[in-house]
Amino acid sequence: MLKILKYSFFDLIRSRWSYVYFAFYLLLGIVLLFLNNDLSKAVITLMNVIIVLVPLIGTIFGVMYYYNSKEFTELLLAQPLKRSSIFLGQYLGVALSLSMSLILGLGIPFIFYGLFESSAIWDFSLLLVTGVFLTLIFTALAFNIALSNENKIKGFGYAILLWLFLAIIYDGIFLMTLVMFEDYPLDKLSLVGTMLNPIDLSRTLILLKLDISALLGYTGAIFKQFFGTNFGLIVSFAMLTIWVVLPVLRIVFKSRKKDF
Amino acid sequence: MVSIQNLHKKFGKNQVLKGVDLNINEGGIFAVLGPNGSGKTTLIKSILGMVIPNKGEISVLGENIKKSSDYRHKIDYLPQIANFPSNLKVRELIKMIKDLRGNTSDDERLIELFKLKPFLNKKLGNLSGGTKQKVNIVLTFMFDCPLIILDEPTTGLDPISLIRLKDLIQKEKANGKTILITSHIMSFVEEVSDEIVFILEGQIYFKGSIQDLKTKTSQPDFEHAIASILTENHA
Amino acid sequence: MKNLIVFFSTILMASTTMAKTIEVCNSCNISSLKTAISQAKDFDTIIVKKGTYKEYEISVNKPLVIIGKNYPVIDGELKGEIFTIISDNVTIDGLFIINVGTSYTEDFAAIRVRKSKNFIIQNVVLEKLFFGIYIEKSNHGKVYHNKIIGDAVNEYNSGNGIQLWYSNHIEIEHNYVEHVRDGIYLEFSDDCLIKNNVSAENLRYGLHFMFSNDDVYQDNTFENNGAGVAVMFSKKIKMLNNTFKENWGTASYGMLLKEINDAEIIGNTFEENTIGINIEGSNRIVYKNNDFLNNGWAIKVRGACYANSFVENNFLYNSFDISYNSKVNDNVFDRNYWSNYTGYDLDKDGVGDVPYRPVKLFSYIVNRTPETIILLRSLFIDIIDFSEKVSPVFTPDNLLDNNPLIKNNTW
Repeated sequence: MLKILKYSFFDLIRSRWSYVYFAFYLLLGIVLLFLNNDLSKAVITLMNVIIVLVPLIGTIFGVMYYYNSKEFTELLLAQPLKRSSIFLGQYLGVALSLSMSLILGLGIPFIFYGLFESSAIWDFSLLLVTGVFLTLIFTALAFNIALSNENKIKGFGYAILLWLFLAIIYDGIFLMTLVMFEDYPLDKLSLVGTMLNPIDLSRTLILLKLDISALLGYTGAIFKQFFGTNFGLIVSFAMLTIWVVLPVLRIVFKSRKKDF
Repeated sequence: MVSIQNLHKKFGKNQVLKGVDLNINEGGIFAVLGPNGSGKTTLIKSILGMVIPNKGEISVLGENIKKSSDYRHKIDYLPQIANFPSNLKVRELIKMIKDLRGNTSDDERLIELFKLKPFLNKKLGNLSGGTKQKVNIVLTFMFDCPLIILDEPTTGLDPISLIRLKDLIQKEKANGKTILITSHIMSFVEEVSDEIVFILEGQIYFKGSIQDLKTKTSQPDFEHAIASILTENHA
Repeated sequence: MKNLIVFFSTILMASTTMAKTIEVCNSCNISSLKTAISQAKDFDTIIVKKGTYKEYEISVNKPLVIIGKNYPVIDGELKGEIFTIISDNVTIDGLFIINVGTSYTEDFAAIRVRKSKNFIIQNVVLEKLFFGIYIEKSNHGKVYHNKIIGDAVNEYNSGNGIQLWYSNHIEIEHNYVEHVRDGIYLEFSDDCLIKNNVSAENLRYGLHFMFSNDDVYQDNTFENNGAGVAVMFSKKIKMLNNTFKENWGTASYGMLLKEINDAEIIGNTFEENTIGINIEGSNRIVYKNNDFLNNGWAIKVRGACYANSFVENNFLYNSFDISYNSKVNDNVFDRNYWSNYTGYDLDKDGVGDVPYRPVKLFSYIVNRTPETIILLRSLFIDIIDFSEKVSPVFTPDNLLDNNPLIKNNTW
């Protein structure tokens, strides 16, 4: 698996798209710092952008890579390699190269701007950790979609739909549900609703950092335990890990049964 | 060498293989023939473990291939469409496959043979179809395996390379290897193969030498023999 | 003026020439404060040497100066009130008073001043107390440099650090109050000055005003109190340059204003509070040059607030800048800096070319269904906020800052 990972990774970090992605983040970082003239504010803006953009790029890139490397995959399948190592290797190759573009693309401008002397360094680290988690999750979801759909167009369609659903539509339904059932105790429901969507989950992590004052204004005891202690942080990270593990397991499972 | 029993495979509603029984003995060149969509590639991919059969058993060199990947160390496979990761250079691809399968020094001889030296530092994405196929051939033949499977090996090759490929196949045969070939080029098949396996509608229709086929169909030449099978069955 | 100098020097002469000094220590002839007070004449000075004095219900009934040397400990043994001052012109200085009795029927204090004038209470340290310094119906006093450290756990059986009741013209400066019920409490007390105090970690309010007018509080720090600072039913209060920090919780505010009229709130900093300022029924208040930093809600307006003006403040990184619970707005917002402002300044005059709308639709939704707070910063919420911004339906459409600044206000 490590060998496949290595080749996929090197293949990707030399591809045009990795550079585009890297350049995009570099530009985003520079523009935000330049416009805001303030590290903390740039980090906040960036958090808002990251939780929406990273999933989009992760899904699109994952699906694209899978379809584009189909023949290469077939070449590998004929080699004495386990299927799971082929797909996990490719998956990790994509996810890691995307994560690297993210970390370097954002890290470089912020370091030059004096991140290490700033108090925003923890916020920024959290931002990168969240970004990496989202990349891992959404690339895995993308591989799942691609493995289940031979048709490229369909695959891309589902990928975009998935993103649209998790990034926007889900929250819309979530909000409607909460408002509709406002007469009932909702804190459990709202926390569970958050756990079921990795984008919301990452957003929660960011809220814990940026909006703790507002979150503590709410009465519910479960809310209070969740946001008032480290409990929330631990649970969120645990859930994010589950969100990585489940789709990856499905990649292994699905790839074992698939015909090429 | 390869033994297949009662192999069934369905893609959706489309039953491609309907109980294939096939034994391929050690040594010699076997051509798998059949009209488009008859299940040739599916059969080959089943042997390689790329297609998971619905029913039936396959064993290669006496070993059941289900849930195993190690047996592929004994197989050289030339895929039909050679499309490689476009960002890799030829040299890197060769190095990578060697890295994955174990070392060999045969690659240099083959590179020399197919005059690939000038392309070694080019990215695979920039190569022509024929050159890619040559790289493909190098990758296949550089290992010393008892079973060689070639799926449409002649695609895109210039006449000189075609001659070299034929030489290569004959040499491997002389080394006592078993070679499975699919091809649409009848003259090529006739020239190289010792035995024919003809698949029709998901079953083995005929297995035997070219001479046997001619006798069976009472046709003077190979191409007509094949054609007569097809017209008979579609009429 | 001349008369005044003559008057003061006479008093000074009198006190130096006529007044005696009485020493109290564990091994002296006079070993208790009560004896010292009963033997002292008016305007005498009692010096309390280092040691522990187990006394309570000490009544100071004549004008005296009681000075502790090296912080002698007055231990009330939890039996009741410790000092009760019922004479004018009393000074208490440098004592360490502990173990005030707790009662559910009487408000025992470490030092109570009753119906007296011109008192000074300074450099006193209070621990294990019920009420700390309780001033009732007394005027023109000073409470300086005291340190009050309580250990309150429940509101019902704890008292306040410094309490004023029907007392006017009191100066409370440089005190440090923590872990009591209300740090500083004023009821029916006018014209007081509360300055440079720190009130932290108190169960209820850091500072609490009820029915008190014309008071000034400035340069104080209120940190991590149960519910922040409450100013209620009072008029013409000046609140200047205070810091309100980290007051977190459901009913927790940097500052709670209820029925407050004609106040000035200038130069304060509200940082990391659940709600920076919670306003109810308050009119004609000027909010100027305040910093609102990282609060959940910088300002929450709960109806019936008219003719207030919010001018030249900085709203920095708050989850919500302003929240309204009605569609009506009679308050003015002008020339503030809003870190959430996304407009532009093409003519480079330092003022954004597009007005800023500080009330978001989402804050309206959160008011209705508090659990929806969990959707804060979601893309979906941004989208509905944007559509509300374009055409306000649920939020007051005249609530605009027409001159949002491009850079922080500095002063």
